[in-house]
Amino acid sequence: MSKVTGIPTYQAPKARSLFEPHRIFLMVLFAAILLSMAWFMRWDWIPKYQTRLLWGIWETVVMLFSTAIAGFILAVPLGLVQVTGPKPLAWLARGFCTLIRGTPLLLQLWLLYYGLGSLFAQYPEIRQSFLWPYLRQAWPYGFAALTISFAAYEGEVMRGAFAGVPKGELEAAKAYGMGRFTMFRRIWLPRAIQRTLPTLTGETVIQLKSTPLVATVTVVDVYAVISKVRQDTFLTYEPLLLLAAIYLILTGILVFSFRQLEKRIPNRGV
Amino acid sequence: MGATSFDLSLLSLSSPGWGGVLLMGLLKSLQVAIGGYLLGLFIGIGGAAGKLWGGPILRDLLEVYTTVVRGVPELVLILILYYAGTDAVNQLMQLLGLPAVDISGLTAGIFVIGVVQGAYSTEVLRGAILAVPPGQLEAARAYGMSPLLSLRRITFPAMLPYAIPGLSNLWLIATKDTALLAVVGFAELTLVTRQAAGTTKAFLTFFLAAGALYLMVTLVSNLIIGIIEKRARRGFARPEGAA
Repeated sequence: MSKVTGIPTYQAPKARSLFEPHRIFLMVLFAAILLSMAWFMRWDWIPKYQTRLLWGIWETVVMLFSTAIAGFILAVPLGLVQVTGPKPLAWLARGFCTLIRGTPLLLQLWLLYYGLGSLFAQYPEIRQSFLWPYLRQAWPYGFAALTISFAAYEGEVMRGAFAGVPKGELEAAKAYGMGRFTMFRRIWLPRAIQRTLPTLTGETVIQLKSTPLVATVTVVDVYAVISKVRQDTFLTYEPLLLLAAIYLILTGILVFSFRQLEKRIPNRGV
Repeated sequence: MGATSFDLSLLSLSSPGWGGVLLMGLLKSLQVAIGGYLLGLFIGIGGAAGKLWGGPILRDLLEVYTTVVRGVPELVLILILYYAGTDAVNQLMQLLGLPAVDISGLTAGIFVIGVVQGAYSTEVLRGAILAVPPGQLEAARAYGMSPLLSLRRITFPAMLPYAIPGLSNLWLIATKDTALLAVVGFAELTLVTRQAAGTTKAFLTFFLAAGALYLMVTLVSNLIIGIIEKRARRGFARPEGAA
């Protein structure tokens, strides 16, 4: 009888160390590729653009955190009204989430920048208002588009989180005589936020990966700096590879720090 | 100039209107989305199989692939792959002694979206295959099914309900990621919209119209996904409380 070989049952891989023979081999190979890239490709432009690159990275990070925080603050009411709010408000919030999640961010950004931007320019009232110096710049549109996008995606998560807080906890709060607002502030909101934490890492990484889009409306983030390098030096790959490396490192830092943060937050009974 | 009013005749299908151009852009977007999605699925199947049953080196390489693709913005990946892909093909042609070819934007777009989607598909399919109860596979083995047969008869149909939510999400992402190809000058919906808007200065009209088209694609997709999901979940216990 022929031996039945069964591959499909999956065995979880053993805990692997970094220093297995094949890994050492791969690392050496990888190091060799990196070295040859450093040697054979042109990197002499880096010192010249160093400060601008650092500023670009700073701009990207600021864009990421400001929009993520503002988006999260918007997401709380978006999620809440979908769970408890009056019907029309709930529909409105759901419609907003569907609309934003159903269209590309690049299109939304261009709609705001070119569409609203050209609309604003036609009204003398707006042109004379104190807001005009800001509305003439690009970053408010980038900020708005990224914030709205984060709010819509996270609002959907918040909806689930609010709905998922156990009824008993809310009933207990009510039994303690807490008013609706106290209950929301002390029990419902913190418990819901706690439930969204695991998804927050992924959402923030996605947000980081969306930030370079603002460069298409002339916001000078790290992507825009690299585009400038490419125009000036006529290099195709080197600047892009550096850019990819920068984003990879930023993603790595984000994931690592979120993991540290999650460890410090008690997650009993989530 | 009635700048704030919407001149809908701009959207008419025949020549002075740009409606036909927008629809052609939508068609291109959908072509790239479908092609890229299928290519991604293809890569994903191979990637998931490699991650689950491949040798240690293959596993590590696939891990590098999925990590890098998921950690670098799609926009940057698209630029790199767009240039690197066309460059590589032409180098290959040169090696073979053939004349350089002009790679169409469509092919390059499908390749780029496919490689990006492949990383995500790999993870979705790997997770779905892992979610198949091991007892079912052991039962198949006890029946004397060969690995390929049990893959076809057990693993594949049993993992589908777990894979479909993730895969449908990927489809929606694919349709929206095609917009990024506007940055490399591929005339898909977002780019032609911007061209139309720039020519006519009717920015809001065109961007809103394009938004409606994208939204339509998403809503129709959701409808179809709902039907597929219902079909794939036949025979599953419904979650408690559901009718």
